[in-house]
Amino acid sequence: MNPSRTATSAVAADADTALRQKVLRRIRSRPTTRGAVILLGILLLLALLAPFIAPQNPHDLASLSVMDNRLEPGSQGMTGITYWLGTDAQGRDMLSAILYGLRTSLLVGLTSTAGALAVGILAGLTAAQFGGAVDAVIMRIVDFMLGFPSILIALVLLASIGRGVDKVIVAIILVQWAQYARLMRAAALVERRKEYIEAAVNFGLPTRHIMLAHLLPNSIGSVLVVSTISIAGAITLEATLSFLGVGVPVTQPSLGLLIANGFEFLLSGEYWIAAFPGIALVLLIMSLNLVGERLRRSFNVRG
Amino acid sequence: MTAYILQRLIQSILVLLAVSVVVFLAVYGIGDPIELLVPPQVSAAERTAMIQRLGLDLPVWQQYLSFLGNALKGDLGHSFVHGVPAVDLILARLPATFELVLLAMGLAAVIGIPLGLLAGLNPESRPSRAIMAGTILGFSLPSFWKGMMLILLFSVFLGWLPTAGRGETVSVFGIPTSLLTLDGLKHLALPALNLAIPNMALMIRLVAAGTTEAISQDYVKYARAKGVRRKRIVGRHVLRNILIPVVTVAGMEFGSLVAFSTITETVFAWPGMGKLLIDSVYQLDRPVVVAYVMLATLLFVAVNFLVDILYAALDPRVKLTGEMA
Repeated sequence: MNPSRTATSAVAADADTALRQKVLRRIRSRPTTRGAVILLGILLLLALLAPFIAPQNPHDLASLSVMDNRLEPGSQGMTGITYWLGTDAQGRDMLSAILYGLRTSLLVGLTSTAGALAVGILAGLTAAQFGGAVDAVIMRIVDFMLGFPSILIALVLLASIGRGVDKVIVAIILVQWAQYARLMRAAALVERRKEYIEAAVNFGLPTRHIMLAHLLPNSIGSVLVVSTISIAGAITLEATLSFLGVGVPVTQPSLGLLIANGFEFLLSGEYWIAAFPGIALVLLIMSLNLVGERLRRSFNVRG
Repeated sequence: MTAYILQRLIQSILVLLAVSVVVFLAVYGIGDPIELLVPPQVSAAERTAMIQRLGLDLPVWQQYLSFLGNALKGDLGHSFVHGVPAVDLILARLPATFELVLLAMGLAAVIGIPLGLLAGLNPESRPSRAIMAGTILGFSLPSFWKGMMLILLFSVFLGWLPTAGRGETVSVFGIPTSLLTLDGLKHLALPALNLAIPNMALMIRLVAAGTTEAISQDYVKYARAKGVRRKRIVGRHVLRNILIPVVTVAGMEFGSLVAFSTITETVFAWPGMGKLLIDSVYQLDRPVVVAYVMLATLLFVAVNFLVDILYAALDPRVKLTGEMA
């Protein structure tokens, strides 16, 4: 424990625990939020366990039977397998495709949010710590990024670098880091005026140590709270890019790409190819939004 | 004031320049337009001539400089695919996108403001909670999937509305519009609704939050104590005070609606600017993509510039010199 913090840290820790308990109580008391947490847990579990519970491996072309293409939900396949959610144009079981798609969507959403958090936090912290020209340059870039619609930036970038899971993640990091940078800077600026930072500076601690060991842990809260909603944003963005044909590759379809594949069959009434992955996507995004919104309100963060 | 305007103007121009470099370099990487545009069966001489005519043989920086020089003259290059100036191509699609966006904003306001008022006046009531839950749904539905489900419901199952295109248009002052024909309106209904829903949710939330805050203010309590009727308090005092932020946000949302119409236009095959952008990305039509992004940036920068100047003119607290907050 740092000498500069010991005096206040006990009180702060108590306040922290109290706040945390209050938030948990609120989440439990609201049925909608409780439902959203449970739903989110189920979806995460399904994505995690997809290889074990999916009736079919949708990436393994040998296990697919083209004869079974575009079957209605509940149909029996040639091999005796029941397609509860129907099949797509390649004869792929939609339920299995959705379980695996959930994995890809979550992988992209979580990884890109983590990346954007890292870049944004570092940029915001640097801007707050050094101020002056560094601050001005970083915040100009942030303002510009936030002023421009994220979908356009990501679309043009991916159009030039091509599709791929890693490339989509890079594109989402590029459009999402700025909001974290702004929040982090605001929080760090408030924190920097406090006495313990002044004490640390007077102690002669190196700047990097002050930034990472003192400023970072004490001003990161609001950024983390907002990140839950941003995961939903990242997943939506990925789905949209994949729908537009510049997102994940066809060999690793996310929920968005599954929906896109079903688009051409929609008009002939074969609704299940596009509808069911969409329902999974909406449930995922909604549960993240509901939980994120409740967290944000409970911690009283604007952003 | 003049110095301030000048400073903001220089900043805006720098932003435009920076974007032009980034976009030009990013889009330069889209595949190889020679492969796409020069048919494989032409002779080597013809091939060289075509490459020269399109300027594809020059070094990148020369291509950029000639691009920049032409851009200042309002020429953002010719479309590789259509052979006409890229700016003309985009401007020809502008009316279709604008009528879609305007109708969507109108729908969002006409439905969103009353619902927001209702939810804000009694925040704890059952209908209000339903409305607020609905806004989360409105934010959560991915635009492209929502559009497909609208098509599925209203076109495939019910057969009421068409799924694609603009329908019959009439010319008003030389600008074709779908707003004035029944067939055109039928074609507009689904895309406009699709584009309007997230904005409607935003409106509802803004108005509800504003209303809840406003009704606890002293001027409302005073009006009530004076015996002013509830309807009049809401219509005359509350609504007026909350409309200012709503109008501000609506103005700012206009730009992002134009951008987001890209997705809606793709789903409904609406022949607007957004559809043109997506088609150009697929066809590696580099000049059109660059021109689209430059025009969009110009629009955003211009709007920001005007808003800043307006705020500075209206609000004496905004510092006119030095750093902008």
